[in-house]
Amino acid sequence: MTAGLDLGRSQTQPIVSDQDVVRVRKLVRTVAVETKLSLVDQTKLVTAASELARNTLVYGGGGEVQVSTVDNGRRKGVRISFSDSGPGIADLDLALTDGYTTGGGLGLGLSGARRLVDEFDIETAVGEGTRVTVTKWSR
Amino acid sequence: MERVPVLKIGEILLVSIQVDMEDQTALQLQEDLADRIVATGASGVIIDITALDIVDSFIGRMLSTIASISKVLDADTVVVGMRPAVAITLVELGLSLNGIRTALNVERGMELIAAARSDEWDSEPYEERAADGPLATFS
Repeated sequence: MTAGLDLGRSQTQPIVSDQDVVRVRKLVRTVAVETKLSLVDQTKLVTAASELARNTLVYGGGGEVQVSTVDNGRRKGVRISFSDSGPGIADLDLALTDGYTTGGGLGLGLSGARRLVDEFDIETAVGEGTRVTVTKWSR
Repeated sequence: MERVPVLKIGEILLVSIQVDMEDQTALQLQEDLADRIVATGASGVIIDITALDIVDSFIGRMLSTIASISKVLDADTVVVGMRPAVAITLVELGLSLNGIRTALNVERGMELIAAARSDEWDSEPYEERAADGPLATFS
């Protein structure tokens, strides 16, 4: 279950229940520690992962997460990709606005998660699903 | 689902969150606390989050909701033991934790609640009188 220090390894895990969101936090924490992210960066990445995993569960109707270590030659990092086959996001700009929610939450999930990571990428198609990929690099 | 225990110490209810909570556990805690405030007539609630390595928007909302519920039930809420990395992340996430008072540790939290109680006793009658204007107008 635990990733070694060899780069490019990735682990996939389903997100279909509340417990899975807890498991995603644990997995991301483990990989972030192994990648030697600072404590603050670990905390930011795990928090972002928690928001995005909940989105996958609540809005995407469940899906999966892939957690990988990455290396750009200068720095190591952690890349996390959340994907679902849910309804997709019709208005992406609106969904990325602070305070906007369709689910009764605080509307900080997507927009807040984006602020907590170094790279944020989202692909979505109505009726097909959503994939959100985030990366945090070590300093 | 795990359940977070609620301890009664004198006039205060103490909740020390020691597990990585599922969302359902957090919602259950809200209900349990409301019940216990009414059942015990507690004047304060201290939520110790020393063991939490992240606070995401869901947990943040739970803390705000507990503070609001307590207020309506005439109890003060203080959140204690927030880790520095958690505080930094919360600010970047965009969570303001409106209406939540914080203290460094449980001891300071208890002092804060005691102080808030004695302030209310001292100032409330005076403020009411001032707002109503001089008593002489009734005669």
